Amino acid sequence: MSTALLRIENLRKHFPVRLGAFGEKQAVVHALDDVSFEIAEGETLSLVGESGCGKSTTGFAILNLHKPTSGRVVYKGEDIAVFDEKRMRPIRRDLQIVFQDPYSTLNPRMTVGEAVGEPILFHKLATRAELPGRIERLLGDVGLNARFAQRYPHELSGGQRQRVAIARALACEPRFIVCDEAISALDVSIQAQIINLLVDLQAKYGLTYLFIAHDLAVVRHISDRVGVMYLGRFAELGTRQQVFSNPLHPYTKALMSAVPEADPVAERTRQRQILTGDVPSPLDPPSGCRFHTRCPIAMEQCRSVVPEWHDRGAGHFVACHAVAG
Amino acid sequence: MSERLLEVKDLSIEIATRRGPATIVDGIDLHVDKGETLGIVGESGCGKSLTMLSLVRLLPNKIRVSNGTAAFAGRDLLQLSSRELREVRGGKIGFVFQDPMTSLNPVMKIGEQLIEPLLYHREMSKAEARKRAGELLRLVGIPGAEQRLDSYPHELSGGMRQRVMIAIGLACEPELLIADEPTTALDVTIQAQIVDLVKDLRKRLGMSVVWITHDLALIAGLADRICVLYAGTVVEDAPVEQLFAEPAHPYTRGLLASIPRMDGEDAERLNSIGGTPPEPGRRPAGCPFAPRCPMAQEICRTTVPELQPLRGETTPHRVACHVANRVLEAA
Repeated sequence: MSTALLRIENLRKHFPVRLGAFGEKQAVVHALDDVSFEIAEGETLSLVGESGCGKSTTGFAILNLHKPTSGRVVYKGEDIAVFDEKRMRPIRRDLQIVFQDPYSTLNPRMTVGEAVGEPILFHKLATRAELPGRIERLLGDVGLNARFAQRYPHELSGGQRQRVAIARALACEPRFIVCDEAISALDVSIQAQIINLLVDLQAKYGLTYLFIAHDLAVVRHISDRVGVMYLGRFAELGTRQQVFSNPLHPYTKALMSAVPEADPVAERTRQRQILTGDVPSPLDPPSGCRFHTRCPIAMEQCRSVVPEWHDRGAGHFVACHAVAG
Repeated sequence: MSERLLEVKDLSIEIATRRGPATIVDGIDLHVDKGETLGIVGESGCGKSLTMLSLVRLLPNKIRVSNGTAAFAGRDLLQLSSRELREVRGGKIGFVFQDPMTSLNPVMKIGEQLIEPLLYHREMSKAEARKRAGELLRLVGIPGAEQRLDSYPHELSGGMRQRVMIAIGLACEPELLIADEPTTALDVTIQAQIVDLVKDLRKRLGMSVVWITHDLALIAGLADRICVLYAGTVVEDAPVEQLFAEPAHPYTRGLLASIPRMDGEDAERLNSIGGTPPEPGRRPAGCPFAPRCPMAQEICRTTVPELQPLRGETTPHRVACHVANRVLEAA
């Protein structure tokens, strides 16, 4: 295994909220609880799980876009979780993000060229004279013709806008990119183009991705390692092979079982294990193992004792009483 | 021979633009038999939602039907008076939309929204309708159904809200349920619950379903037959097994090849279809897919291909492609 680019230690993010018609009740959303993992240089680590499981919060907390409640995010030997905006600024050059909806993240009044050029000027990576050449090269990297630099976001299709968002993230020559549902809003034929583009750029620039997605087939295609999250905690983490071919946690199994296959014959005979009910509220997460309220094999201790994060060998981690023994 | 419930012929829809009307849906033919589930598959802007919305005159402003007929149980939906149309909407044809948060009334209790169509279409008393509403919620698997009647939409989770939408769509036991991407906003686990629910209800109530989606994997396990739409035309129409086993249109093939598979080989690259679909008003002269088609010939750029039975047989597999036979040979 190669060296860790980022080390996340006991990361926790709680959001205080006010409830009731007059905000008279206070409560805490347990968005992320005690999450620890490493992201290796050059790998694609994916986070999967249902809405509200904390996968996006993890990405935001790593980038210090949400200040973590506690825990450490170690980058280049320093805990960047405690950095203020000023100290984060040079770090932001290395750590970038691409969001789901480029239409709401690109400034509608900036041309593509301005949007892509802005981070280059901000981080003083090129002079104004060099800028047009830089922009042209970046647009070329994401498969767009140089004449796109003069266009505005509303003139582009969804796939083209996402290419621009990627070019903007690449502009400051980052090492790490969080792809937060970056392909989820795209049509199937366009989604494949963007996935291929991300894979190509990774090979070309040695990028590390934290890939946040809910489409498991896409995750299986693109990832080196996969983390499965449930209600703010990790349920399982391992290589793609380990998690997809030998899922250990009952939640991982249920999640896989819910994914439809593009095969009508197989689908007809397939036995699904369908989870009943919804994810419980993160305002008051279940005691013990947070999955016990929906788990088909829950035992007595699952209700009271939080399962340990247990290495089953070869870096395949799982938090479950039933499989840890 | 199965009985036709809905037969749409030569349906065209256009949008008013500053440069005059632009065609969005261009002469669509499709049908649904009694008890059948039809999947309508296509990418954003291919006209899949507008086609179904036009049947019950729910098209947005500036968009109108410019041609075609839609026979539903022997009557042309497009010629109905407003009064006749009200009988059909929510009565004989039920709708489930993608986003329950915007289609449910946020200031009306769930129960009232369920009771409304029953009072209107079924002329039930309030007490009867409330009892029926409770049954409907139980039917779609909402725990504590009777108590939930007094909840507001914001008090329910996304999956629960979508179940309520389905309950409303089913309230009057429609002959046809049109579901427009009903699970797109939901997690896979909840999606699996909703798909199972619709399969089960379809069997128990014997209704026909039109399921609009962009997700080929999802529709594989759900539909009896699939229509693939591209740029406002039907490019392929086939029973589900045939479509997946022997896709004949280059667009269908491209779509199938571009989805990553859960059981697939570890391929380095996905097949993608280059380019983007044409914008309305800028449709190419011949086949609308020709500019992106790897197999396009001269004829494809000049002549619009007709939807014809594959290999000239009387099979239910129809395709609109000049080179379909060559596509199959190349496979």
